[in-house]
Amino acid sequence: MTNATASLLYSKEHEWVLQLDGNRVRIGISHFAQKQLGDIVFVETPEVDDEVTVEESMGTIESVKAVSEIYAPVSGTVICVNEDLNDSPETINEQPYDAGWLVEVELSNPEELKSLLNENEYQEYIEGGE
Amino acid sequence: MSTETMLKRTPLFETYKKHGAKVIDFGGWELPVQFSSILEEHEAVRIRAGLFDVSHMGEVLVEGKDAESYINYLVTNDVTKLSINQAQYTAMCYQNGGTVDDLLVYKLSNEKYLLVINAANIDKDFAWMKQHVKGEVTLKNISNETAQLAIQGPKAERILQKLTETNLSEIGSFKFAQHVNVSGITDVLVSRTGYTGENGFELYLAADQAEALWEKLIEAGTEDGLKPCGLGARDTLRLEARLALYGQELLSDISPLEAGIGFAVKTNKESDFIGKEALLRQKEEGLKRKLVGIEVTGRGIPRHGYKVISESGEEIGVVTSGTQSPTLKKSIGLALISAEYAQVDTQLKVEIRNKQIEAVVIKTPFYKMS
Repeated sequence: MTNATASLLYSKEHEWVLQLDGNRVRIGISHFAQKQLGDIVFVETPEVDDEVTVEESMGTIESVKAVSEIYAPVSGTVICVNEDLNDSPETINEQPYDAGWLVEVELSNPEELKSLLNENEYQEYIEGGE
Repeated sequence: MSTETMLKRTPLFETYKKHGAKVIDFGGWELPVQFSSILEEHEAVRIRAGLFDVSHMGEVLVEGKDAESYINYLVTNDVTKLSINQAQYTAMCYQNGGTVDDLLVYKLSNEKYLLVINAANIDKDFAWMKQHVKGEVTLKNISNETAQLAIQGPKAERILQKLTETNLSEIGSFKFAQHVNVSGITDVLVSRTGYTGENGFELYLAADQAEALWEKLIEAGTEDGLKPCGLGARDTLRLEARLALYGQELLSDISPLEAGIGFAVKTNKESDFIGKEALLRQKEEGLKRKLVGIEVTGRGIPRHGYKVISESGEEIGVVTSGTQSPTLKKSIGLALISAEYAQVDTQLKVEIRNKQIEAVVIKTPFYKMS
């Protein structure tokens, strides 16, 4: 874990949310999630201007073995997509909190952030689940 | 009782933990899907060597005066062609030509054979075999007492040779040696067979010796880069080599001819066999469905069960297996489709999450060892 993760919020579906400026957030999947998935070989994220809705699927991550949904941790409009993942999805395994981010979203309901878990709560959540 | 206590385990279960395996429920068995990473394990087998525990596979001993004729009635290939210490890949069919299972037949002696069957089919197969007994034979399901390890890859022979005085170079493809002493384990059947598309061996031995053999192989193989491998890599390796998997390419309503293993169907062999009439008819009338290799050229990975669509929009079949090929770095799959679309270079589409993605029929095997 890097120090940077201390400021992240998490969903129970193992996405992290980093607050940027204003109502803008960056979204990725947690170290725990990438480890569970194994070698990631394909990512399908929403496109710029797509609307995403909290707890609904906003894309797909495929490992060698399995297909998994990416659930939106918040609602809003996609404003930026990490295009580099198309050619090197393994970046999510290597740097899930940095170069492996998925999308940036303009929040439509910032209140949703309050129902996400903080770093400690998330760690407890995944330890309890194992 | 929790479901966990009901999962079956191989004799090597405790050993997996030591090697850091990620264990999953695989058709009722608690088996390692990977030890380190599927991609790393896959690569190890292609360029060095990998060690697999496949003790979940089933083994049935068939003995008796009529063992040969009985097995020849049961399976599609011609068992009479086997010499002692030779193995043969074959299918076992229903009357209608659908597949009960695919299996290996090992001829141990003139009146003794070992049949190696798929783990998920052990009970079904054994019941089927008993139901069709002909003549003087006894059947014994020795699946629980028998372990199987597979050492596969270009360095497999070199590693195994360090542990035995039996000259492995004398064991040809689909041949085997019995009662081999491997590092003090005295009764190992060493077979030059495998499910990866690489050179290598499958080793059958008593279940209580499996852990010792595993540890000895790992130790002997370290300097050559031998890696413990899970079922994830086994699946991508066999798919690249276009080896069928029961439950995907083969099923009770898919014949071995349709699944592209017609080389194991000898409709002209002397003896009658179960399914012969139906398979002959399929041959004469021509196959309506064929298993083909596809490459998805658009963005997406074909997976088991995805629909295959023709260029004109007609549903023509289904993906039986698919993956991102670790060796070719391409999105590949096998699909059972209407025979008229089976020509290499035919353009198709695969329906992936409600989108139709471009694909093309390509030659198989996707990977062939050099």
